[in-house]
Amino acid sequence: MPNRRSFLRTVAGGVALAATGLVERARADLPQGALESAIRDSLPGKQPLIKRSYRPPNYESPVDAFSDVITPNDRFFVRWHLSNIPRIDAGSWRLAVGGDGTESGFELSLEALKRDFEPVELVAVCQCAGNRRGLSDPHVPGVEWGYGAMGNARWRGVRLRDILARAQLKKEAVEIAFSGGDRGPLDATPVFAKSIPAWKALDENTLVAYEMNGAPLPHWNGFPARVVVPGWTATYWMKQVNSIRALSQPLSSFWMNTAYRIPKGKFPVIDRFTSQESDTTTPITEILVNSLITDIADGGRFPSGQSMGVRGIAWDGGYGIGDVEVSIDEGRSWQRAELGENYGRYSFRSWEHRFVPQTAGHMTVMARASNARGTSQPFELIFNAPGYHNNVVQKIAIEIV
Amino acid sequence: MNIKQRFGWMLIGACIAIPAPGGEVPVKLAPGEHAALVQSRCSICHSLDYVVMDSRFLSRTAWEGEVRKMMKVMGAPVAESEVASIVDYLTENYGIK
Repeated sequence: MPNRRSFLRTVAGGVALAATGLVERARADLPQGALESAIRDSLPGKQPLIKRSYRPPNYESPVDAFSDVITPNDRFFVRWHLSNIPRIDAGSWRLAVGGDGTESGFELSLEALKRDFEPVELVAVCQCAGNRRGLSDPHVPGVEWGYGAMGNARWRGVRLRDILARAQLKKEAVEIAFSGGDRGPLDATPVFAKSIPAWKALDENTLVAYEMNGAPLPHWNGFPARVVVPGWTATYWMKQVNSIRALSQPLSSFWMNTAYRIPKGKFPVIDRFTSQESDTTTPITEILVNSLITDIADGGRFPSGQSMGVRGIAWDGGYGIGDVEVSIDEGRSWQRAELGENYGRYSFRSWEHRFVPQTAGHMTVMARASNARGTSQPFELIFNAPGYHNNVVQKIAIEIV
Repeated sequence: MNIKQRFGWMLIGACIAIPAPGGEVPVKLAPGEHAALVQSRCSICHSLDYVVMDSRFLSRTAWEGEVRKMMKVMGAPVAESEVASIVDYLTENYGIK
């Protein structure tokens, strides 16, 4: 039996490894070049994040940013397609609303946006479609994200449907299109523009948000206003949104017709975007059920005969987390974890499982979330060339000593 | 939004645009034939960590696909006569044979 001092040292060692090891674990599976080019770097107003690219800025949250259910604004990931990102002056910013799917267009100032419509708050996960792309096997080109191209925030804004109601949406409107402030350095570079189906735009939870966790949106996360599409991947959450157009025809652009598309029928998704479907591919829609272990990491050492915990978060595309099961025996048996406070069906849900490891040796810890529809995380990657929807069950190898 | 309004917005955007976050450190590519060409063309639109990050797992065909996507979709000013040199360099230094 270890004496008290050696026991404390062992525990401290386990904690220290846990604090640094999870990022290493992600790195171990990333392309070698992504390992070499990633550094901890701070954008103005942000804590150090994992830099994937400087220009345009693509910065990932480290796993320890997810130890709380709400991701702090200064640790929230940053993802841009185009490198000219204007500093927006709140006073002169305008949001143009119109398009051939409306009767009457108009413009809103930030003040009018806040004053003229009912404010709404909700907690929702903003997750890049390519989160965990770097872990794809085989590797695929793109931003080589690890686990942290996502965050969970309390968004405050107004309902998109209230804005559209003022413009008198026509029944012919099939899609609602957004564009934002960022531009490429060349005139030839296509403007980043996205659309969502009219039915999703009219969902009471789809917002134009101007606050994040009780503060104005950070510049890097879309100040002064961004679209919030709860349940759907972040490609639709237009930052620095300056135009909302209702369209009677599907939006045609590289960002809709070529990028952000998944093979049809390969993933367990429910929401369809029929106006943009082709014979073989469809735009990515809702986030797949997923989980992340946040407090233990590969190589962690824990004493046998002592109670220990594994904690993490789980989330999905808005059906809500049904349960999270944890296995400590290579998946032979599973125990239900205890779920934490419920912040709503679009939010991260914290969970914890406590157990007493009985025998010394290797242990594989896995967590597997299921949503309220009964859909669970897969054990094998559903490979796709753009590297989307990676929700494979994590395996963490620890030592019981 | 009509054309005039949209143009107005583009002008405003152009006037207050800043090119990049202040912290960008120039990414040095591996020395080699055509390194200067790759640096000059690719860094117009993005930092060169994009090249390093996506290594080493792309074949010559895959690297050529990336270069042509940048030309065709993103409007990268790369001459047809430069493509082979750029793809050679990327495959040699950041790809698989």
